[in-house]
Amino acid sequence: MSEYVLMKGNEAIAHAAIRCGCDGYFGYPITPQSEVLETLSIEKPWETTGMIVLQAESEIAAINMLYGGGGSGKRVMTSSSSPGIALMQEGISYMAACEIPALIVNVQRGGPGLGTIQPGQCDYYQAVYGGGNGDYNVIVLAPNSVQEMADFVDKAFKLAFKYRMPTMILSDGVIGQVMERVKLPEQKPRRTEEEIYAECPWAANGINLKKRKNNTLSSLESDPLEMDKRNEAMHAKYELIKETETQAEQICCDDAEYLLVGYGCMSRIAEEAMHQLRQNGYKVGLFRPITLWPFPQKELNHAAQNAKKILVCEMSTGQMITDVELAVKCKIPCEHFGRTGGVVPDPAEVINAAHKKLFK
Amino acid sequence: MTKEELIQPQNLVCGKPQLMNDMPMHYCPGCSHGVVHKIIAEVIEEMQLEEKTIGICPVGCAVFAYRYLDIDWQEAAHGRAPAVATACKRLWPDRLVFTYQGDGDLACIGTCETIHALNRGEKITIIFINNAIYGMTGGQMAPTTLVGMKTATCPYGRDVNLHGYPLNITDLAAGLEGTAYVTRQSVHTVSAVRKAKKAIRKAFENSINGKGSNLVEIVSTCSSGWKTTPVKANQWMEENMFKFYKLGDLKDI
Repeated sequence: MSEYVLMKGNEAIAHAAIRCGCDGYFGYPITPQSEVLETLSIEKPWETTGMIVLQAESEIAAINMLYGGGGSGKRVMTSSSSPGIALMQEGISYMAACEIPALIVNVQRGGPGLGTIQPGQCDYYQAVYGGGNGDYNVIVLAPNSVQEMADFVDKAFKLAFKYRMPTMILSDGVIGQVMERVKLPEQKPRRTEEEIYAECPWAANGINLKKRKNNTLSSLESDPLEMDKRNEAMHAKYELIKETETQAEQICCDDAEYLLVGYGCMSRIAEEAMHQLRQNGYKVGLFRPITLWPFPQKELNHAAQNAKKILVCEMSTGQMITDVELAVKCKIPCEHFGRTGGVVPDPAEVINAAHKKLFK
Repeated sequence: MTKEELIQPQNLVCGKPQLMNDMPMHYCPGCSHGVVHKIIAEVIEEMQLEEKTIGICPVGCAVFAYRYLDIDWQEAAHGRAPAVATACKRLWPDRLVFTYQGDGDLACIGTCETIHALNRGEKITIIFINNAIYGMTGGQMAPTTLVGMKTATCPYGRDVNLHGYPLNITDLAAGLEGTAYVTRQSVHTVSAVRKAKKAIRKAFENSINGKGSNLVEIVSTCSSGWKTTPVKANQWMEENMFKFYKLGDLKDI
């Protein structure tokens, strides 16, 4: 049995990767997530599970290493923070196009540009609406605790391989840096060559080549009708994911007249604000999307069935609010509370915003 | 003896490699790519590595290399093949992992990935087709375009004051600690093809045996991009390209 340990969210990601049978990590240092690569380098999993750890020459190289590793059927991952994830967008688009599974962790900081090394949540659009070229999506999971940082690694890999697509853990500098108690997952063995072949018969790794057609992973298609077909097939996959894989947490939503909506670290702050508001007689609930793409539309509509107004809380000038408004089809007024630049608001600011924007 | 009597398996002295697909190539007449593809197919077959090979193809004229060779392939983004190959080889250490890249892909947009993969000593082979021009996009200036050479984007000839100097990346690679075998070959004559095949075989053997990184440059022709005939392209290559890109082994440890 695993015991509780105290560690940072970034460290939990690294330990969880080793324990869930990850085959390779490729990354480039960037604040505030460098502890992932540092922890892996201390743990030396190549001597125990055989997991490869490589510091790449850039985020561009790292994401293309994921392309190669995932394309050969291995469980591979990278982690970075906002500007580094921006550099990876080309590779993510290629992986989506070739239907290559892999895990990308974004421990967000404030932007745009070099921005700040302090926490932020302003990469929502980039993650959810696709930062690279073309029609594609990646599954986006938003942890709000160190425990979820650990738990979502295996969950993200499972989704990535189930649907053959890149999956992202969209975290933030608070959840990456905060130390909390966490129960790490049990150690799982890495898959054997036979298991990889059974799970990924499409992968380019040479296994059983003489008994099958060769496997080519290419996003290039010179015939427009074929390209159209490929895109439609991917779209159908995305529609299935939207139907089946949404996930959200709802706290005190049943009788809620007002709804706070927040993900990641902001949901923790909003939850505290919600409890304080409840103590003062306001019927407030908290809705936390766990999957940002697909966005939990049905769940939100259920949570908001008695709501008069919604306050979307984000560490951005307003990105997720678009999805909230789309989900409720603008039938419920949506207000926004946001801080940027690395400012992490305290619950009192959310309470103030609720008074100004919800209860008036 | 009639022709029909002569055409018997026991009399066969050469043939198309099994790994070459029956697919008309999209390459222009006189292009070097087809010859290099055939060499790679022959060497993989001779080394019996069909089920142990991962090829990484580029963006450029060889973007469709996967159509012609019946092995597992990954098509990399422009310039990123050495990064893709790095992961494949590290995760599958007993595989032959090679990239096949042109000069724009390898020596321009992918310079960073190329230099770092070679310098880390990744146990891969990079096949580098250098025809000093962007063939696929229609004959624009490449990092390897010779001084004075005319292209679509240096129509008055490469001027060092305007465009800088051609990059001899293979010489650079030979100076890196991580490389085991760095060689420059061509495929414009029968003897050159034989030498190029030997070089690719050696590079593949090194890769399989875990001996450093390997770079095989093939100085190549692009009669379409150079706007000349295949025969004249070969002559032009001998007279101009070989002066700057000297053939032979640059490093062999």
